[in-house]
Amino acid sequence: MESVVMVLTVFVLAIFVGFEIITKVPPTLHTPLMSGSNAVSGITLIGALLSAGHQMTTLTTVLGVLAVVFATINVVGGFMVTHRMLKMFQKKD
Amino acid sequence: MSLSIVNLIYLVASVLFILGLKGLTHPRTAVRGNIYSGLAMLIAVVVTLLDQRIISYEMILIGLAVGSLIGAILAIKIQMTGMPQLVAIYNGFGGGASVFVAGAALIEGLAMGEALSYQFTIAVAASGLIGAVTFTGSLVAWGKLQGVISEDSLRLPGQQALKVLIGLASVALAVWIVIDPTIIRNYWFLVIAGSLLGVFLTIPIGGADMPVVIALLNSYSGIAAAATGFVLENNVLIIAGSLVGASGIILTQIMCKAMNRTLTNVLFGVLQPSEDTPNQDEVYEGKIKSTSPDEVAMLFDGASRVIIVPGYGLAVAQAQHAVRDLATLLEGRGIIVEYAIHPVAGRMPGHMNVLLAEANVEYDKLKEMDEINPTFREADVAIVIGANDVVNPVAREEGTPISGMPILDVDMARFVVVIKRSLSPGFAGIPNPLFAADNTLMLFNDAKKAVTELIAAVKDS
Repeated sequence: MESVVMVLTVFVLAIFVGFEIITKVPPTLHTPLMSGSNAVSGITLIGALLSAGHQMTTLTTVLGVLAVVFATINVVGGFMVTHRMLKMFQKKD
Repeated sequence: MSLSIVNLIYLVASVLFILGLKGLTHPRTAVRGNIYSGLAMLIAVVVTLLDQRIISYEMILIGLAVGSLIGAILAIKIQMTGMPQLVAIYNGFGGGASVFVAGAALIEGLAMGEALSYQFTIAVAASGLIGAVTFTGSLVAWGKLQGVISEDSLRLPGQQALKVLIGLASVALAVWIVIDPTIIRNYWFLVIAGSLLGVFLTIPIGGADMPVVIALLNSYSGIAAAATGFVLENNVLIIAGSLVGASGIILTQIMCKAMNRTLTNVLFGVLQPSEDTPNQDEVYEGKIKSTSPDEVAMLFDGASRVIIVPGYGLAVAQAQHAVRDLATLLEGRGIIVEYAIHPVAGRMPGHMNVLLAEANVEYDKLKEMDEINPTFREADVAIVIGANDVVNPVAREEGTPISGMPILDVDMARFVVVIKRSLSPGFAGIPNPLFAADNTLMLFNDAKKAVTELIAAVKDS
């Protein structure tokens, strides 16, 4: 029971932090915000690595590897494209 | 490595994620912020790889290599105009990963033979359901933006009932999994139900409502990741997931507000012209003044302020570089040029800003609606490029499909030049009296061709 309360606490506090920070992001950066936060949501990769590495059953390994591929596309692609966009917003002088 | 050290390192990663997002609050710090987030991800991945539960690295390395390659190719090849569909497809992959991870965790949990807690089973069901909705919903959104599926809002008879039915079936399956997680088959049934739900929720949404859907799917992908965090009792997943979830929800709210519609209305409502909407002939008959590039070039003579209003038509025609050339030319003649960006212009939040940034337009010339609206009356010329509903003055009146939607007050400018291929209505399907106004000139052409011809005309004059 205690661990449930702990993770719930973290969850609720993180949502509040998210709201506080993201309301301050200017509209001009909303597209990079989406692609960047998208890359962050690829954090599922952590779980994917564990399933793929455990190799408990063939099925879990297959699921794990698929998840690694999906999440890595999300992470690598997301950060790269966000970087590409943000570079364009930097003043060139 | 002991569990506490691993968790401490995850804490460092979480803090970096938060600092990374904080960096995005200003264009100057944004690049650094993104690097912080990337670093956070790298730290989290490396620490996880050191976990002793991992017995083989081969499959992991293959997965990482394949994923990196696909992700990198997509990121490098994509054109800025295609950014909405890229974000859509990335969202989908994130959701899909959550489905697989939660499924694998359920199978492993059962194989260990321990009693599964409610926290675990509820989180598994949530990851599976939300992840599946995100996956297929994003695929449909991608298809619509890419033009593979019709962009029109597609509404079949009985669709609402079907949605409710699939929704109820999903909830029932989720409850069953929570009560009795031993039947693994049920998890896959839940994933199938969620996948159908994702398709049916997204397929009726089209055109100008796409920004809302993409923002919402963005939020789902975060919530799915957070749910997976509850499955694995992993704080960094929960923190990163909820940050993304919050971000998507905020963007969804901003988009809905900019259209004066509720989220329920976007997802389930029907946007259609009311009975007494005047037809096109009544509004346009004999009042449309078609113009030529030369005539527009003459308007710029003696002008001191010009406001450019970009819309989705600019993205479709890839006219951002031409527009910037025109602006530079006008600025060379001492004219102040600014850009008025409506929050829902384009197909995703901030779409126009990215396109103009690509064409090297400085970000402080891109003005938000509330900031630029009071200045339209001081503008000599407002150039509307491929925008329609967001500049339709009937939004100020009662009883139209877009009533109450905040619009850009372009009609207050001394002259309005509208670059558009035809008089076809925008997404709301209603005529736009702006096109028939006394101070409006219509330049019928593709956005890029029109602007290019305009540049030539200005140079000649």
